[in-house]
Amino acid sequence: MNYNWNWAVLFQEPYLGWLLSGLQWTLLVAIAAWVIAFVVGSTIGILRTVPNRLVRTLAAAYVELFRNIPLLVQLFVWYFVVPELLPEDLGLWVKRDMPNPEYVTAVVALGAYTAARVAEQVRSGIQTIRKDLVNAGLAIGLTPLQTYLYIRLPISYRIIVPPLTSEFLTIFKNSSLALTIGVLELTAQARQIENYTFQGFEAFTAATVLYLVITLLVVLLMRLIDQKTRIPGSVGAN
Amino acid sequence: MEMKMKRLGTLLTAAAIGLSTIGTSSAQDQELGPTLSKIKGSGVITIGHRETSVPFSYIGEEQQPVGYTIDICMQIVDEIKSEIGVDELNIKWVPVTPQTRIPLMANGTLNLECGSTTNNLTRQQQVDYAAITYITGTKLLTKKDSGIATVEDLAGKPIALAQGTTNERVVKEAIEERGIEDVNIVSVRDHAEGFLALQTDRVDAYSTDDILLYGLIEKARDPETYEVVGDFLSYDPYAIMLPQNDSKFRLVVNRRLAELFRTGEIEKIYSKWFEPMGVPMSDLLRANFKINALPK
Repeated sequence: MNYNWNWAVLFQEPYLGWLLSGLQWTLLVAIAAWVIAFVVGSTIGILRTVPNRLVRTLAAAYVELFRNIPLLVQLFVWYFVVPELLPEDLGLWVKRDMPNPEYVTAVVALGAYTAARVAEQVRSGIQTIRKDLVNAGLAIGLTPLQTYLYIRLPISYRIIVPPLTSEFLTIFKNSSLALTIGVLELTAQARQIENYTFQGFEAFTAATVLYLVITLLVVLLMRLIDQKTRIPGSVGAN
Repeated sequence: MEMKMKRLGTLLTAAAIGLSTIGTSSAQDQELGPTLSKIKGSGVITIGHRETSVPFSYIGEEQQPVGYTIDICMQIVDEIKSEIGVDELNIKWVPVTPQTRIPLMANGTLNLECGSTTNNLTRQQQVDYAAITYITGTKLLTKKDSGIATVEDLAGKPIALAQGTTNERVVKEAIEERGIEDVNIVSVRDHAEGFLALQTDRVDAYSTDDILLYGLIEKARDPETYEVVGDFLSYDPYAIMLPQNDSKFRLVVNRRLAELFRTGEIEKIYSKWFEPMGVPMSDLLRANFKINALPK
């Protein structure tokens, strides 16, 4: 291999600044998308377990739609197709005057996609709760809504912390796809450093290490949450 | 460590024996240089091509790479065949982008890169180039009713730039040097996406080498809507990219290029691809062909 290594490039300006700005955008995209994914995903997941059949079907349709289309395709659809379907003035506003159109589009797309996956975790969490527990609640006079608030949700969210960890990790990794619609996040900045210096291997090594640091921190955080919220006597609890 | 070295030594010996049995003699492989002996040993040449660089290197109607640079490269492949004395060479096509072409060449994946790559000195730290085969420069593509005639008119307007191109740097530098304010730069992946952004009014201009802009207009559904404006913002000499530190391989490539230039064969290839676009050969390019038509 004919390659001239130069690690110092990573610590020179402006390249160091680019990496840090990329790191910042990666965090901003992933965390904002996670908020959407968690809120929308929880809602859809709960709706998949309600008695009303129509509501259940609609929620299931959301999950299948967003889960089964590749994320990259969804990003392009949100970025290039959706503004064309809007009324002309609104479409032009989305494309031109909306602050940070690439960022907003990336967050919405990534959030909507991950929400479908979170919804499945929430649904499976709720469905693992024993029927007699819910019946007992109904027997003491709780309304169905109250069984969700006091029995089903508090238990199921504590069960699904480990699988949610995976989704939370995945959202950081998937945020790199935002570069395809022009968000200059970590991977995009690594590429840009490569374009300017042709020291691509160093730039991507730096990006790799930064991703690893982020995901390890997420794992630690989620493990702490898991330990604090784990139900005594449940599988895996001490 | 010593063990490792020993094992490495054994491996190398085995590889050398392997190579020498494939080739006619290892001494001859030495003469061919690393790239040519690798091609000879495997019977495969790996060529990088672009997917949307019309008319240089793009996916044609038959889903195969076609274009001006590809035609030139086919001539070079013939030269390589006669140099290493084989009748058939399998071509392995590898699609590349502005971001992947340099690393793929530097790490030894590609033997030739036949696209629309500007030869510049920074890139020469990692790769080598054959003789210049086209000369162009950065201009702006815009819709006729956008009111943009020069780069100064971009003030307060959005422009798309492809990540990883020399044009991206040039336009950013021009904006900075001339103090043009409030230019909103939208980063896109390739020419097709940049054009889509322009077509859907997400941006008012897209910038790359002017010849590629004419290519985009030609392929558009409504070509009369668009125009190429402004002065040249850069000098972009295109050349076929080669692996570094292999002068034997570069010689074979440049030998065929000089022959194409000397015999005027290049004019035929040029008119095949550029005449339909209405782009006559510039005096500068003609002079370049004359200068590089080295005698035998």
